[in-house]
Amino acid sequence: MRLRTTAVVAAVSSLALLTGCGAADMTKQTSPFANAQGARTVTLSVQSWVGAQANVAVAQYLLEHELGYRVDTVQIDEVPAWDALSQGRVDAIMEDWGHPEEEQRYIKDKKTIVNGGDLGVTGHIGWFVPTYFAKEHPDVTDWKNLNKYADRMRTAESGGKGQLMDGSPSYVTNDKALVKNLGLDYQVVFAGSEAAQITQIKQFAKEKKPFLTYWYEPQWLFKKVPMTEVKLPAYKEGCDADPEKVACAYPHTPLQKYLNADFARNGGDAAALLKKFKWTTEDQNEVSLMIADQKLTPEEAAKKWVDSHESTWKAWLS
Amino acid sequence: MATITAPTPRGLPAVLRNRAVAKLALLVLAAAILVPLANARWASGSWPAALTVDVSEPLTTASTWIIDNRDSHPLFLYFFGHISNAVVVCVRAVYLVLLAAGWAGVTAAAALVAWRVTGLRLAAGTGVAFLACGFLGMWIPTMQTLALMVVAVLASVVVGALLGLASGLSDRMDRALRPVLDTMQVLPAYAYLLPVVLVFGMGVPAAVLATVVYAAPPMARLTALGLRGADKEVLEAVESLGATARQRLLTARIPLARKELLLGLNQTIMMALSMAVIASVIGAGGLGDRVYQALASVDVGAALTAGIPIVLLAVVLDRVTGAAGERLGDEPQPNGRARWVYALTGAVAVAVAGRLAGRLDWPDTWTLNFAGPVNRAVDWMTDHLYSGVPVIGGTADWAAHFTTWILDPLRDGLQWLPWWSVLLIVATLAWLIGTWRTALTAVLAMAAIGVLGVWQPSLDTLSQVLAAVAVTLVLGFATGVAAARSDRVERLLRPVLDVFQTMPQFVYLIPVVALFGVGRAPAAAAAVVYALPAVVRITTQGLRQVDPAAMESARSLGATPAQQLRQVQLPLARRALLLAVNQGVVLVLAVVIIGGLVGGGALGYEVVFGLAQGDLATGLVAGAAIVCLGLMLDRVTQPTERRAKKGA
Repeated sequence: MRLRTTAVVAAVSSLALLTGCGAADMTKQTSPFANAQGARTVTLSVQSWVGAQANVAVAQYLLEHELGYRVDTVQIDEVPAWDALSQGRVDAIMEDWGHPEEEQRYIKDKKTIVNGGDLGVTGHIGWFVPTYFAKEHPDVTDWKNLNKYADRMRTAESGGKGQLMDGSPSYVTNDKALVKNLGLDYQVVFAGSEAAQITQIKQFAKEKKPFLTYWYEPQWLFKKVPMTEVKLPAYKEGCDADPEKVACAYPHTPLQKYLNADFARNGGDAAALLKKFKWTTEDQNEVSLMIADQKLTPEEAAKKWVDSHESTWKAWLS
Repeated sequence: MATITAPTPRGLPAVLRNRAVAKLALLVLAAAILVPLANARWASGSWPAALTVDVSEPLTTASTWIIDNRDSHPLFLYFFGHISNAVVVCVRAVYLVLLAAGWAGVTAAAALVAWRVTGLRLAAGTGVAFLACGFLGMWIPTMQTLALMVVAVLASVVVGALLGLASGLSDRMDRALRPVLDTMQVLPAYAYLLPVVLVFGMGVPAAVLATVVYAAPPMARLTALGLRGADKEVLEAVESLGATARQRLLTARIPLARKELLLGLNQTIMMALSMAVIASVIGAGGLGDRVYQALASVDVGAALTAGIPIVLLAVVLDRVTGAAGERLGDEPQPNGRARWVYALTGAVAVAVAGRLAGRLDWPDTWTLNFAGPVNRAVDWMTDHLYSGVPVIGGTADWAAHFTTWILDPLRDGLQWLPWWSVLLIVATLAWLIGTWRTALTAVLAMAAIGVLGVWQPSLDTLSQVLAAVAVTLVLGFATGVAAARSDRVERLLRPVLDVFQTMPQFVYLIPVVALFGVGRAPAAAAAVVYALPAVVRITTQGLRQVDPAAMESARSLGATPAQQLRQVQLPLARRALLLAVNQGVVLVLAVVIIGGLVGGGALGYEVVFGLAQGDLATGLVAGAAIVCLGLMLDRVTQPTERRAKKGA
């Protein structure tokens, strides 16, 4: 009995020694799946929309086939992804739509994240109606006339008002405030995820029903369901400062890449490639459409794009 | 406890009626005194604002503080940091071992272990299941999930067994732990992801810990059950032999509880695997993440490709641990130890051979892709069923009718009811079905929702749960009765139920959206599909267990099948039916919450929002409200005796 107690004490204390009785900073712990078996691993954050999947697919393909890395991808929502990035659980975010609060906290104050440069794609959020409906009723594209069409946009979910469909709760949106401040007879209905929203839009389009939706460019769905933007009061610098009082359109945002600070310093070829990664809206849409509509796997889609755009990506590797 | 002690079936209704009348009278009396008071002071339909506490301010402060201090405060550096570190080290170690063994080694080891534990048939099944994971092109994600699961299950078993030991050996611990465990078992996992993420950040440690919290309770419960159920005479015999307390525990009580311990392990594994997909929302990686990513691009085929390995792992582990439990107490085979040695040597040999052949990774060319056909099938379904089907109308029309005729009136009705009358209804139902304790818990839980200031969205969620439960029960009882009457129906149903029960909840969401559009109707539909198997199963079992003698005498008296069912089977299976209701409610709530992802709105949306935006105030309050709602629903539907294990 004595012997066993001693053994237990010895085991526990050696464990304590091994794990280090000192501090364990969990903001510096990488993913357990990283760098297994001597492979150099890069972990990329994929957001839930397909454009982001396209960025990651191409970056992943090049890292794996041109530079010999193993790439892990993790799907995380936008805001938590910043946190994961600062902790080094992921090495890079390939497409960010602007998060001033997080930029202040992680880049300026904690210095755990650095900007990785422009993605080359400009993002824009807006309200859209299907083009077939806009052609029949051209005046629907001005927000002042939206109330006229409220009863045509009604659904079971929106009750007595018109339905303005919003997507994932993780996306940047002022729609509730906009509806209120512009005095619109609409109810914001959250689809809950982009997948659900796309499915619903496709169903509406098949029946040529009118609908009003929160949507954004660049997006592959425009190729399948042509949509026309509804003009909101013009965007002016700072008009969206108070989220309660917003009454203007969304800005055009040059999308950014962000890297974990340590990875940016010590990431070697991979970090260099990700910093140089820059393509156009058309490129991104081409890959997105292959993934989401032709149902190619992201890897196949990336391969197709890489095979036909050698001059673009060669520049990233130099 | 004022339980209804089980009298003879014949006496039950009379006793119940007397008790029920007494209870009702008491409640009416209490209401007559309290309601005018409450109404005079806080007259409003919704929960009175004076009785709410705004917790968003302190929660936001807390969340900011945690994020700012996570890399500097001693609490994180010396406590959470080590936990997180230990998880990372363990998962990594297991993952490296799995990778080093290569696909051949892992498959061989799994099959040989299955052979030793059960038999040849399961061994073959295990091997095929692992190879299938490879053929689906999911080998690396499967290994990642497996590594995570091994660590999570081990941790759950250790934690659960310790808690179970404590409550099995000490009555005081038992009384303290039991309500906690009861509560844990009705919580939708989605509700407590947020606090875990906040402390540990996105990633594997948070995922493992959330899984442990979810999977440990059944182990604890069954360990305690096993220890308490040990044969008194054996224990006395051991005691009379002069064994010390510790010897008694190690040599008698624990070995006697082996069966329960193995059942606990089995339950823990199943619960942990069911978390694999949900945990991917907080960065677990592996198979769950593939499912999650595929769903983001509305790719049901790819989601299934990643979902199938989860189901296969679940089925294999379920059968192997289940068979191990059944074989306990058999005579040990001769030279069993030697065969274990053979098995292990065989596995190592295969692994080394794979290594030497340079075939550690699954060959890329050996993959099957069936996502295409699946997606075409789904597209066909949505093309032809969505709307415009002659006579019966399309699924979209049903969804719209369900929303306007059932969900809307139900929600508006609930929200129109004065707040005190909701509490009164809850109290009445809970007391009539259960005891005054369950009634008290239910009322307090409901009141807590009001105090948190989420009365309206909670009633919205409640209306969805009620509507979905009603549909589930109608369908479930009908199917259950059919299955109980005909062996053939039951045989046909069984594999279907098995698969549906192990499918990750998330996989249901997308086809449901394609069929029913966005909103509360698809959330309810997904919940019905998810809860149906359990309800059918419990109903069938309950009806089949009805005393054959009672059935025989009914038949000899010339009762028609319908009369037999109504007057003999259903009353005698009352307990099982109540259990089915209880299970149905708990399972439906879990999916209605996830329905926030497909437009279910209400509490589910707020939790999703909290997770997505890192907004602790919204997410945590909604999570707490879900907990209260789950507690209330469970207590209201709880028959007087504790129910059996979850997902039975």
